[in-house]
Amino acid sequence: MTKTITDVICPFCGTLCDDVEVVVSDDGKKLLEVANACVIGTEKFLHSQEPDRVTRPRLRQEDGSWKTVSYEEAADYTAKMLAKAKKPLMYGWSSTNCEAQSIGNEIAEIAKSCCDNTAAVCHGTTLIAVQDIGLPSCTLGEIKNRADRVIFWGCNPAHAHPRHMSRYSIFPRGFFTGKGQMSRKMVVVDPRCTDTAKMADVHLQIQQGHDYELLDALRVALKGEWLPDSVAGIPAEKIREVADIMKSGRFGIIFFGMGVTQSLSKNHNIDAAIALTKDLNEHTKFSIMPMRGHYNVTGSGEVFAWQFGFPYSVDLTRGFARYNPGDSSSVDLLTRGEVDAMFTIGSDPGAHFPISAVKGIAKVDSVCIDPHMTPTSGVSKLHVPVAFNGVECGGNCYRMDNVPIDCRKVVEPPEGMLTDQEFLTMVLDRLKKLKGVA
Amino acid sequence: MAEYIIRNGHVFDPVQGIKGDKKDICIKDGKIVDKVGSSAKVIDAKDKTVMAGAVEIHAHIAGPKVNLGRIYRPEDKLFSCTPTKGMERMGSGASIPTTFKTGYEYAKMGYTTAMEAAMPPLFSRHVHEEIRDTPIIDEGAFPVFGNNWFVLEYLKNHEIENTAAYMAWLLNVTKGYAVKVVNPGGTEAWGWGLNCLTVNDPVPYFDITPAEIVKGLMEANEYLGLPHSVHIHPNNLGNPGCYETTLDTLKLTEGIKAKNKFGREQVLHLTHTQFHSYGGTTWADFESKAKEVTDYVNKNKSITIDTGNVTLDETTTMTADGPFEHHLTGLNHLKWANVDVELETAAGVVPYIYSPNISVCAIQWAIGLEIPLMMKDPMRCYITTDHPNAGPFTRYPRVIKWLMSKKARDVQVDSFKHKDKVLSQTSIGSLDRELSLYELAQMTRAGPAKSLGLGSMVGGLKPGMDADIAVYNFNPEKPVANPDDIEKAFSRTAATFKSGVQVVSNGEIVSNGNKRTLWVSIKAKENAQVARDIAEKFVKYYSMTQANYEALGHHFVPNPFAIEVDATN
Repeated sequence: MTKTITDVICPFCGTLCDDVEVVVSDDGKKLLEVANACVIGTEKFLHSQEPDRVTRPRLRQEDGSWKTVSYEEAADYTAKMLAKAKKPLMYGWSSTNCEAQSIGNEIAEIAKSCCDNTAAVCHGTTLIAVQDIGLPSCTLGEIKNRADRVIFWGCNPAHAHPRHMSRYSIFPRGFFTGKGQMSRKMVVVDPRCTDTAKMADVHLQIQQGHDYELLDALRVALKGEWLPDSVAGIPAEKIREVADIMKSGRFGIIFFGMGVTQSLSKNHNIDAAIALTKDLNEHTKFSIMPMRGHYNVTGSGEVFAWQFGFPYSVDLTRGFARYNPGDSSSVDLLTRGEVDAMFTIGSDPGAHFPISAVKGIAKVDSVCIDPHMTPTSGVSKLHVPVAFNGVECGGNCYRMDNVPIDCRKVVEPPEGMLTDQEFLTMVLDRLKKLKGVA
Repeated sequence: MAEYIIRNGHVFDPVQGIKGDKKDICIKDGKIVDKVGSSAKVIDAKDKTVMAGAVEIHAHIAGPKVNLGRIYRPEDKLFSCTPTKGMERMGSGASIPTTFKTGYEYAKMGYTTAMEAAMPPLFSRHVHEEIRDTPIIDEGAFPVFGNNWFVLEYLKNHEIENTAAYMAWLLNVTKGYAVKVVNPGGTEAWGWGLNCLTVNDPVPYFDITPAEIVKGLMEANEYLGLPHSVHIHPNNLGNPGCYETTLDTLKLTEGIKAKNKFGREQVLHLTHTQFHSYGGTTWADFESKAKEVTDYVNKNKSITIDTGNVTLDETTTMTADGPFEHHLTGLNHLKWANVDVELETAAGVVPYIYSPNISVCAIQWAIGLEIPLMMKDPMRCYITTDHPNAGPFTRYPRVIKWLMSKKARDVQVDSFKHKDKVLSQTSIGSLDRELSLYELAQMTRAGPAKSLGLGSMVGGLKPGMDADIAVYNFNPEKPVANPDDIEKAFSRTAATFKSGVQVVSNGEIVSNGNKRTLWVSIKAKENAQVARDIAEKFVKYYSMTQANYEALGHHFVPNPFAIEVDATN
């Protein structure tokens, strides 16, 4: 007999779907089927069942080969590395739960390390813009129930957040949006003709890197002032048409992604987008929301904020919290060669950082805590595989709209494997002894 | 557990009517007892003031909007970071301190219990994670009900039993403490960019008025017999002339009787009264109506209030009154954050600088002090700053100084740029009353504890009560030479005890205590209709499933203290 577990949370993207169903074997050791999740989510669950999974920590040897070690040895190595380092960097946190992040922060405080999450190369620019100008936003259910104007700017949910449109933004029939898709106007701003753009009522195929201009032009159009014939490759009439669409709605939302946060102008783009949202609130109700990537990058920012006061790129090396992105952010620390130990958890900087920064990881003592073999584990001295959070252990996570959802454990991890939390607790205990902390 | 005896202090305890007599207070097994053995540790409190641990009835210290404030205000951390020190975790933030700093600051001032004033139910898990990470102090959180779709739909037809059943369910699943109402109806209207500014403005679509919501919630609250009453932030906050809306709201209590087994007498708690006591028609003729509001409250025993004192600092305003924050950003043009929460509520955050050079801010300061000075019964008026809205809670010692010393008030009034306007628009200049330490203990300990239904547990020093105790370096027998000495004395305790554990010694943290989460566990009658309505709303309108909604599990509430309510009869 098999068992079906309902209301399972998918630990893949910031959409954090919580209606997934998983079929497991009677003894709870095998995960057999996944229903309701998107292809990526399904793969994330099934991937945990791969027979060739690494199940014990591995330490890189002089000759470049891996030697299997125990979790105790791995925790010793990690604690000693952090105790010895003058400026360790503890990076990642976006694919683990808030409890593990909390223990990690305690470790960071004792080790006086730099702490950062994946926002540093993703929506960190959004956070800077929010610190400049604020953020009128809402939860995803508000969009489901009220929104009749939906703008996707520099993001492609059809591929990156596959169930976003069906659960929250375009198709659902909410309380005041009984006709579902028919009650919404959809605008997509993207230089590419993406699968999301193909669904749009209006696709503004903007000239690449000119988002700031177009956002400003929309603000001008809202005020009914003069516009040049075309801005960012979009004719003035089209801009006025879109401004009218936005203004005439009862409740609108702008979703934006990496297309604006990490292209030319970065945080200034988001400044302009938030200013546009603020302006629209003089006419109707409008919100704006970043399409956060990892399923718990938002949670990492939240935990950093309530424990240290800042959402990412926190530098604890002076014994108190400092925040100065560009100085205290991971890529910059690594490329400047300031880091003398690298601790990575729940993310893959090896695949996403510039090569100059990845070289910085390879040069120093390093630990990578990740269930998968990744480019980061490849350049690290120690790889500690752990149970899949959200599959093999539970824990709290935050959706892209900051709504916390407690992940579920659906299947047992391979025999003897530890969770992030358990391994970090071992490291914390050892580090406390090494540093003589009560 | 260690036994203690606090010797020879001047004890102020409204629960037993002790007004500064020299007494010993004994602690055993976390409780106050009549006597302890000879091995008990002695704390010398000669020439010191001894009171119960203070009780915070209304502060925004944990949850999504507080953390949004932390995230979007790095400038609030400038010069306010504290390093790791002994068992103290590092901290940061002035108006919105980190969770660790929040717990330590409260304990160092002698506070041992605090209530988070607005918990969006959908975010209860977040609120509890922050409460867990706030050391020492016992905390509870008030879920917001005033714009909740279930409540609006039930009360439209005056279905009190259904409202009560839903209330019980929501308090249970969110591990909430009391029924909070913020801008009833107005925040739902804000979903469309609108507002309700009087108690009779209909809520769009739902076709119910704020008056009907508030009255219905009070009836449901008494139907269940909850420890605390409905805790209200009325409509029309912060606008000139808003006192009329406040009085209209207070009049809704007429005819409603308190019914509970916790010793609570009021049916409505009006919070941050200062923000609701404004007269005038514009900012130019803005004036105090503290007298009109306190006159009404003085006459009606079924109401308690807290003050919401403006402390003349740079701070961060945050409230579930979404439309108000939008209005405020229009006034001061500082950054505006907003979160609308599906089916339930909304919240806004805007930084604010209460400048002594601006007449309106100075008048607000005066109104905040007029209210407690005009209240005849200190057991029904509590000191708050609506942290961080009117000022950070770390300014309580300064507020105490102003309340205990006419001289300190005069010094402040004299320093205002628009002194004449403050004196003409308020009566602060003619109020000679100076609060006694006994009255202070009523306003910060016994009073709020009683209002919260915790009167038999905290807020007093009677044997049997929790050993939450604050010892201050303040000699009540010596005349106060300089009012600043009052502020200094109440800023850092000589000793703070929380549930019998010494957590502060000479202003330093010596233990992280045994922090508890207070919540109200209600046994209610089964109500099939409400159960079905809840299930339906989750399937159709919420963005998460009902099975994932509850704040369940050790990592959210590791040390719960449930107050049981049996509402089955």
